[in-house]
Amino acid sequence: MTTVETPPTAPPRKAATVTRPGDRIFSGLSRGAGILLLVVMAAIAVFLTVRAVSAISKDHGNFLTTFEWTPSLNPPVFGIAVLAYGTVVSSIIAMLIAVPISLGIALFITHYAPRRLGGIIAYVIDLLAAVPSIVYGLWGALFLVPHLKGLNLWLDDYLSWTVIFHKSDPNSAARSLLTVGILLAIMILPIITNVSREVINQVPKMHQEAALALGATRWEVIRLSVLPFARSGVISASMLGLGRALGETMAVATVLSASPVLSAHILDPVGGTFSQNIVAKFGEADEFGRDALIASGLVLFVITLLVNGAARLIIARRKEYSGANA
Amino acid sequence: MSHSISDAKPAAAGAPAATRLASRRLPRWSPLAIAVGAIVVGVAIGAGFGLKSHLQWGLIALILFVGGSYAITAQVEGRRQAKDRVATSLIWASFILAVIPLYSLVQTTISKGVKVLDGTFLTHSMNNVLTIEPGGGVYHAIIGTLEQVAIATVIAAPIGILTAVYLVEYGRGTLAKWVTFFVDVMTGVPSIVAGLFILSLWFVALGKAPASGFAGSLALAILMLPVVVRSTEEMLKLVPNELREASLALGVPKWRTITKVVIPTALGGITTGVMLAIARIAGESAPIALLVFGSNMINTNPFSGPQSSLPYYIYQQYGNGNDPSYARAWGAALVLIAFVMILNLVARGIARWKAPKR
Repeated sequence: MTTVETPPTAPPRKAATVTRPGDRIFSGLSRGAGILLLVVMAAIAVFLTVRAVSAISKDHGNFLTTFEWTPSLNPPVFGIAVLAYGTVVSSIIAMLIAVPISLGIALFITHYAPRRLGGIIAYVIDLLAAVPSIVYGLWGALFLVPHLKGLNLWLDDYLSWTVIFHKSDPNSAARSLLTVGILLAIMILPIITNVSREVINQVPKMHQEAALALGATRWEVIRLSVLPFARSGVISASMLGLGRALGETMAVATVLSASPVLSAHILDPVGGTFSQNIVAKFGEADEFGRDALIASGLVLFVITLLVNGAARLIIARRKEYSGANA
Repeated sequence: MSHSISDAKPAAAGAPAATRLASRRLPRWSPLAIAVGAIVVGVAIGAGFGLKSHLQWGLIALILFVGGSYAITAQVEGRRQAKDRVATSLIWASFILAVIPLYSLVQTTISKGVKVLDGTFLTHSMNNVLTIEPGGGVYHAIIGTLEQVAIATVIAAPIGILTAVYLVEYGRGTLAKWVTFFVDVMTGVPSIVAGLFILSLWFVALGKAPASGFAGSLALAILMLPVVVRSTEEMLKLVPNELREASLALGVPKWRTITKVVIPTALGGITTGVMLAIARIAGESAPIALLVFGSNMINTNPFSGPQSSLPYYIYQQYGNGNDPSYARAWGAALVLIAFVMILNLVARGIARWKAPKR
């Protein structure tokens, strides 16, 4: 921000001796736009914090460990324990499913499918990334939930002993964290696939041809020359997907039957996530209740900020030494 | 690496004399044969043990296929080839596994949406329509979406393009680094957080949070901004430096160079980026739920009173929890998908049409 104002133009020679007013206005405008963007980010943090602090200071429960969300009670009691747990668990399930499959599809497009078919698939998956989340939510609630009932019962039958896959009431609908995780996985598949595919496409052809020339099979080419090169790109793609899964609102709100219960049984229709809780409780909330929701939104904001920032740092570090992006 | 490659040598060396240089290979039809065999055995096991779910039959067949092809290939061609076969089948399986739900999503939306989609649905609001009865439509929601998205675009597109110009043409030093980093981070701001931000902004500025389409537009603009910056930046970087240098060498001021040479050259790509950003925010419902509240009536004024929007309409109709409402939700979902897909296709068409020829 303290850069020298007078010669903002790129040519370092004495071209900038005449500074025209138009130049100054335009460079000021564009710099202003950049600064505005930073101001908006700062404002998001500041405004959310201001409202959140006023809410948390009146919270009679522990904000971090309380299960219930009842800011309208007197005294108000609310906490994010269930929400944080639900958000993390559903996102982890989503990542466990989506990352290997996305990587598989990306490799399928770049290395296995016939070239023309691969192009078409890549295009279609690009388009699918644009399907609005509420449509996934609608499909998840009306189609996926009934169809996952069988899977739920099967898991309960055979894997009940793992505690995780124990279903307390076998007849309850599959509106559980597991279903949410599966739906989120389907939602973030296109993004992770797209970014991974772009990274894999950048793997130098020479490395792969060298491996082939040494007699490597196709899988060995991928394992020895493609994956090591693409690893950090795939990691950051996954973290972008994770950021999206963490913040996803509507698809969770339609599928999950929420309740303030923190349960290790991911088949039980209980739990909640940050954004689902905000949408669900917003309608009935008074002004204080909204501040409480803003407080939980601030936590979500910080979490996604950290995840995305980390993803970007990995990409940035990668750029410095790869040389393929130049 | 050297270790795994050297595995192949003993096999080749073990072959009698030098008559056969190639190692033994399975015939080309073998995967198909193994697949057929696996399916037959899978069905036999499934039927024999009386497993009800056909999905289980398929899973058994899949496991048999992977295991069978590994065993057979390992016998004939060696372990390395066998691993390759397994990897190939797993990658095909992951592709098929992903296609099923995505196909089902599109197919369900279209087949259920088409049932309610007609002229009445597109030209009527939900005013005076009982939620438990069929009828009504999405007209008010379409108006709301179009207005909110238009306002958001008017706000976000110029700021985004200017920011990108700053980053590409002027940006040196710390400020540019910070802006680049935060553009990336901003891409990941959840839509609900953008909604909460405008809400708290309203509280602090006005002391209350009145519902209006404009408030929703502000939140949408926040979501749109980083997408526009990112895509515009990529496009401006594609403009060859020779064009800039030629223009500057003729004595054209830098700002005229940017507005008359650089931006027109990249205009196709910038338009594509903006349209893709529009397609992204048109489907956002979380900020609308917090700031615009939704309404059953037509409200053409985005600056006062609640409005509806297509994604929020879907959420509302789903929340009603009865079949006529579900049908309307599917209809609206189809309209929304069609809108977003058309924007995408047109945007990509422009990108291809305007792409710099090499």
